[in-house]
This record gives sequence, C-alpha cells and structure tokens, in this order.
Amino acid sequence: MQALYAAAAVSLLVSVVVDRKRTWQALQVTVRKLRRILPGYLHLLILLSFVLLVSDAMIVRLLGSANPWLGLGAGLAIGSITMIPGFISYPLAGVLVEQGVRLMVVAGFVTSLMMVGVVTLPVERAYFGTRLALLRNGVALLIALLISVVMGLAYGEWA
Amino acid sequence: MKRSRLFHILTYVAFAAFIGWSFVTGREQGVAVWRNFTTFAVTMLKLLPPAFVLIGLFEVWVSRETVERNFGHASGPLKYFWAVLLAATTVGGTFVAFPVAHALHGKGAKFSAVLAYVSCASLVMVPMTIIEASILGPKFSIVRLLVSVPLVILSSSLLGRYLDRRGYLLPAGKEGAS
Repeated sequence: MQALYAAAAVSLLVSVVVDRKRTWQALQVTVRKLRRILPGYLHLLILLSFVLLVSDAMIVRLLGSANPWLGLGAGLAIGSITMIPGFISYPLAGVLVEQGVRLMVVAGFVTSLMMVGVVTLPVERAYFGTRLALLRNGVALLIALLISVVMGLAYGEWA
Repeated sequence: MKRSRLFHILTYVAFAAFIGWSFVTGREQGVAVWRNFTTFAVTMLKLLPPAFVLIGLFEVWVSRETVERNFGHASGPLKYFWAVLLAATTVGGTFVAFPVAHALHGKGAKFSAVLAYVSCASLVMVPMTIIEASILGPKFSIVRLLVSVPLVILSSSLLGRYLDRRGYLLPAGKEGAS
C-alpha cells in the first residue's frame, strides 16, 4: 500500500513538473474512470461482507473431509465464491495444514481463492463483459483443479 | 443503462434496509456484515485512488505505440514475460489489475497478454508469495508457481486467440482518453 502511494506521488510529481496541462488531463481521466466503476466496487463490497460471515472453523470442517475429492470439491467451491486477499488467506491456509487438511486441498483452495471470484464478478463484468468474465473464471477454476492434482503428486498425497 | 441504474439503487436500498433493521433488532449477523463492509470499504478507499491516479497518468503519458510494441499483435512471446513481471509488481491484486488490464487493452494490448496479466496479478504477487513460502514452505510456492504460470500463459493464449477470431469487444463507454 505504501509502495502504491509512493509510486503514485512520485509519478504525479514528475508529471506536474514536465507538463501541468497533461497532468490535469490525467487526473480528469482518474476521476472519470473511478466514478464509472464505483457501483461495481460497491456491489463487490456488499457481496464480500456477506461472504465473510463464513467462519474459519466452518472452512476447516469442510476442507478436512476424510475423502480427498470431497475436501477438494469443498475447497474449490468455497475458494471460488469468496475473494480473500492473500495476507488473510495464507494464515488461514497455515491453520488448515495444522488441522491436517491435505496440501493438495489447500492448494486448490488458495488458488481458486485468488483466481476465481464470483464475488468480484460485478467489477470484472464491467471491464471484460459477461462472456469473457465467465470464460476467464471457468478456465481459472480448471487451473486451480490442475494445481491441486499436481500438488497431490508432489507431496505424495494420492497414495 | 437506466435499468441497471435502478438495479444498483435498489441493491443499495435493500442493503441499507437490511443493515438498519439488523441494528434495530440487534441481529448479530447483520452487525457483523456491516463490520465487514466498513473494514473492506476503508481498504478499498485507500487502495483505489492512488491506483487510478497511476492509471490516469498511464492513459495520458504512455503512447499507444509503446503498448502495441510490447503487448500488441507484433509483440511475440516476450509479451508474457512483461505481463507476468507487471503482474508480480502490481499492488492491490485483482482489484487494481482489472482497470489496468482494461487500460492496456484500450491502448492496443492483445487479449492474450491482458488475460495473462490479470490472472497472474493475483497469482504471483511478490510480497504475498513470500508470506506463502514462510507459512506453507518454499516447496509449496515453487510447485504452485511452476504449474500455474505456464497454465495461465497457455490458457490466455488460447482464450485470446478465440476472442480475436470472434472479434470480441470489451464493454463500451469505459474507454480512456487515448
């Protein structure tokens, strides 16, 4: 976050020094783009604030299923709905591993968490259109599944 | 446009009513939803303005030729390298990556490069991967990245080709000043 502010501040400063008029234009673009997408982000926030009601304990219970396919299915499903930033999801992943959840399930879970987002669809649709947004999320889900399978092989969890 | 606006407003009203009702009746889940909402709203409000300032500057300063040369039709496989590098250094992950991807495409970046960028922006963020390796072990991170990045590039290339062939257009009305 601080890096982002530093980058924005430095770039803005350089831009002002080089050309004041173009900088003003850039800021107008900033405001216009931000205003257009704000409803999308607001919807995302509303969806997200409901989704986060799902507790860590519930996730541990669902992912820790004795059947690896069931656990993986739950991991991919929960991971696809929610969109949790990495700094929250990795500590949770650590808890999952401690509770004995397979690493392949954790891999599918964190990957779909990062790449697939039903909750982020309001924003993604606005930028990419519904068709591409759905296609991209579908492909991402497939990739999450493949990563999980390979992770299972790498850690010998299929045996 | 009008209909979607009505839908937006109805959503907000319904949400506000739900929250208000939860507070009045003391429903804890509703109050928890509101707490989540404010927490993430603050994060978003901190994240989006500087990101969009950078996007605005990008629109004005970066020429179409530069983007086309590196991410456009004549760019070759090196564009994936740049896309992954750009993704790894994008602060804010997906939330910021979507508008950046849109701006890139508006300046002539191919779908394949844009898609690889968006997917990698959530997969290969440097600070996040360091946290990951420290919690789950470096082997986990290495396997995850070695599998996911090539798959993302492959699928983005295929998906991009499909979209090019169909002549897919991104939603209109959000083009920047180019």
